[in-house]
Amino acid sequence: MQVTVTVNGEETSGDIEPRLLLVHYLRNHLGLRGTHWGCDTSNCGACTVWLDGLPVKSCTTLAVQADGRRVRTVEDLETGGVLDPVQEGFVQEHGLQCGFCTPGMLMMARALLDRDPDPDTTTIREAISGNLCRCTGYENIVRAVRWAAEHTTAEVTA
Amino acid sequence: MTVTEVPTSAAGNPIGFGRMIRKEDARFVRGQGNYVDDINLPGMLHGALLRSSYAHARIVSIDTTAAEAHPKVKAVITGKILETLKLAWMPTLSGDVQSVLATDKVRFQGQEVAFVVAEDEYAARDALELIEVEYEPLGVVADARRALLPDAPLIRDDLEGRTDNKIYDWEAGDAARCDEVFAHADVVVAEDIIYPRVHPAPMETCGAVASMDKVTGKLTIWTTTQAPHAHRTLYALVAGLPEHKIQVISPDIGGGFGNKVGIYPGYVCAIVGSIVTGAPVKWVEDRSENLMSTSFARDYHMHGEIAATRDGKVLGLRVNVLADHGAFNGVAQPTKFPAGFFHIFTGSYDYPAAHCKVTAVYSNKAPGGVAYACSFRITEAVYLVERMMDCLAFELKRDPAELRMQNLLRPEQFPYTTPTGWEYDSGDYPRALTEAMRIAGYDELRREQAARRADPSDDTPLMGIGLSFFTEGVGAGPRKHMDILGLGMADGCELRIHPTGKAQLRLSVQTQGQGHETTFAQIVSHVIGIPPEDIEVIHGDTDNTPFGLGTYGSRSTPVSGAAAAVAAQRVKEKARIVAAAALECSVDDLEWEHGRWFVKGDPEQGKTMQELAMAAHSSLELPEGVEGHLDASVVYNPPNLTYPFGAYICVVDVDPQTGVVKVRRFIAVDDCGPRINPMIVEGQIHGGLADGIGMALMEVIAFDAEGNNLGGSFMDYLLPTSMECPSWELGETVTPSPHHPIGAKGVGESATVGSPAAVVNAVLDALQIRQADMPLTPAAVWRAMQGRPLRPDLAIE
Repeated sequence: MQVTVTVNGEETSGDIEPRLLLVHYLRNHLGLRGTHWGCDTSNCGACTVWLDGLPVKSCTTLAVQADGRRVRTVEDLETGGVLDPVQEGFVQEHGLQCGFCTPGMLMMARALLDRDPDPDTTTIREAISGNLCRCTGYENIVRAVRWAAEHTTAEVTA
Repeated sequence: MTVTEVPTSAAGNPIGFGRMIRKEDARFVRGQGNYVDDINLPGMLHGALLRSSYAHARIVSIDTTAAEAHPKVKAVITGKILETLKLAWMPTLSGDVQSVLATDKVRFQGQEVAFVVAEDEYAARDALELIEVEYEPLGVVADARRALLPDAPLIRDDLEGRTDNKIYDWEAGDAARCDEVFAHADVVVAEDIIYPRVHPAPMETCGAVASMDKVTGKLTIWTTTQAPHAHRTLYALVAGLPEHKIQVISPDIGGGFGNKVGIYPGYVCAIVGSIVTGAPVKWVEDRSENLMSTSFARDYHMHGEIAATRDGKVLGLRVNVLADHGAFNGVAQPTKFPAGFFHIFTGSYDYPAAHCKVTAVYSNKAPGGVAYACSFRITEAVYLVERMMDCLAFELKRDPAELRMQNLLRPEQFPYTTPTGWEYDSGDYPRALTEAMRIAGYDELRREQAARRADPSDDTPLMGIGLSFFTEGVGAGPRKHMDILGLGMADGCELRIHPTGKAQLRLSVQTQGQGHETTFAQIVSHVIGIPPEDIEVIHGDTDNTPFGLGTYGSRSTPVSGAAAAVAAQRVKEKARIVAAAALECSVDDLEWEHGRWFVKGDPEQGKTMQELAMAAHSSLELPEGVEGHLDASVVYNPPNLTYPFGAYICVVDVDPQTGVVKVRRFIAVDDCGPRINPMIVEGQIHGGLADGIGMALMEVIAFDAEGNNLGGSFMDYLLPTSMECPSWELGETVTPSPHHPIGAKGVGESATVGSPAAVVNAVLDALQIRQADMPLTPAAVWRAMQGRPLRPDLAIE
């Protein structure tokens, strides 16, 4: 069936099977391979993207559910050659190792900061609790999100 | 320790050791990593595996007619077809054989039965549903303790002459001396301790893209491997393909943890699929396939005994292990040591006598056993000795920190030879434990605990404090002792210095997140003084890197890091000859500082490494026998393992109403020698500590009586999230390895090895009971409090 999905601000369309998962639409039909697939069961969050501004797990979202809606992926975080503060925070605070969970973590972190620009560490831990990471033990991810919170604020006040 | 100031490059990076953000992050934070599932080739087909629903059953028939008729299916491959290619079975890493696609029987739930190649992944999976397999169910060995009973079903009837399920009996240490010690000891404490089956579960599952070019005869395989060179050789040996026509590429790897060391049937099927169809074939397993069929870890059923004097001096340690290896003996470890390095089981203590016996058995479970950052089973050994130390403290009513301090090896005992013959290179254990206790505020914690226990009106959660001390043995290993399937465990390294002073370093090891592209550049930078941003680290492609056995067992820095340091030292010495020629002096007149050779007493007269690189490629006349250029190629054969160590303290609060454990604090003092990049080292430790929380409290691959896997998805196999992990509190001591060129010891697995015992000891301290097995889920804690401990690994009463 035919779907039209606005992905990262650009309209995309495809003739797809109704059962096609959104993660596969993004990865295989659009070639946006920053969104990763890790578990099938909504537990790991490697596939986290935004649907109409809210984070969803694209491994348990059908592509047809995104028809007529807006999807944002990790590829859209960098604008005009400048990293989003969450991306920079992950680099500065060593918030990633193998990098596989990172795109999902980044999308979840950006969603949190848009909602709550100055979250405490408990709030950050709750926000990313649906995203699994096997490498970092989460500590540096929390610090990375704090880094992003602090630097966004600094830019605004400056 | 004296701190040498490290100069900083124009880009702000340390020229040598120090905190530096990672080179690899630029691509990962942009979603531009290149993992196996990101590889797409023109005309590529997709494979999927049909897996057994039974744990043990005879295959009566397989009918693939309907699957073959599916319009998008290009090939259906069964064991019968593989038999014609002599590929139905493949060797394991332990000298056993493993079925690629089952021909006679299935031996565990999830075993590979047939492979479909289709135009897309969805069609391939549809076609699996069209394959009719008739099974004749057989009796199941789901509990290792039943594997050797006379009426146990014979699992490996494919092996000629085999009549039971025993793989081996193996022992180490001095049994007679141990018996003598135990016969006369004041105190003997015995305990049954299970290290249950767990799974490394990297976020990226395993997979491969195979492409056989029929014109050139070249096979290229992009695959999730921690050991690309070893895989290339094994493919050559197994499939009879010429090794120079095989290129194994390990692109970005989404975590390994030992899960990606071996060769899985899916990889072989992808290769066969490409040969059969003439097109590239991608196969990527799903999460359930990963959890149910790829290399698990542990499954050690241990009976430990500790002998001591009444005042707490340990005299002897004895252990009997029943090891469940699953349906095929596929453990990845040096050939000479069938139980891995388990026999480094006296840990960090001064045991005059020790003996261990390991009996390994087949069961109707997935094969594996050596994985999940275990340092070839030192994990199991550390867990045993640290639990036993707490059992002794419990019996003697001693403080576990004080009892450990009494028995730790003393600095003057190094180099120390263990009762089972391992030589620890260096250590100062009391210093590390003292530091951990200082950070924790140990005495104050004990006072808080005592006050709460003494107050009958206190209905807050039960407070527990747990310790563990570990000694790791990593950097396998010396060629005279260690090989895997006959391949010695030395690693190559090539350093090329370009004329303009930029460098490329080619490694045999393969990062799965450890940050080799950064750390190894810093090692070279440390030695030859050029900025780390000017050094490109190349790895993970067998056509473009020298041979070596790969990254696992925390071996990259101890072995390959040493190779890089030695290669850099050779470059530096060659540059000295070039400098002498350029400055028209003797090499003996030259002195080195900050990336520059200069004339002693005349620092103005000197040449930087960059200038010398150009000079080495120029027409500058060099001494007889010196050819020019600055490149170096090295193979490093480690003289010994390195022995990192550390002291961990965990503080928990246990809710007695629900059995829920909350980790309040975790203090980790690690000594891995000098830290090349402290940020990366701390990240490695953080990750391992989370593993410890997971194993101690949440993770287990359990089975029911029919051999059904009860941990086959992330809904059942629980991993720690940000909510279960506290904010880690780290400390360090630095005791260099005397035999490593830069003193580094390796750190990748230390925290995974050391931390589970600290968490379990803390929970048991809270409950004031001597023993309960991992994982200490709320149900397990509650049952332990009722005096009815749970067997966590079996849904069988």
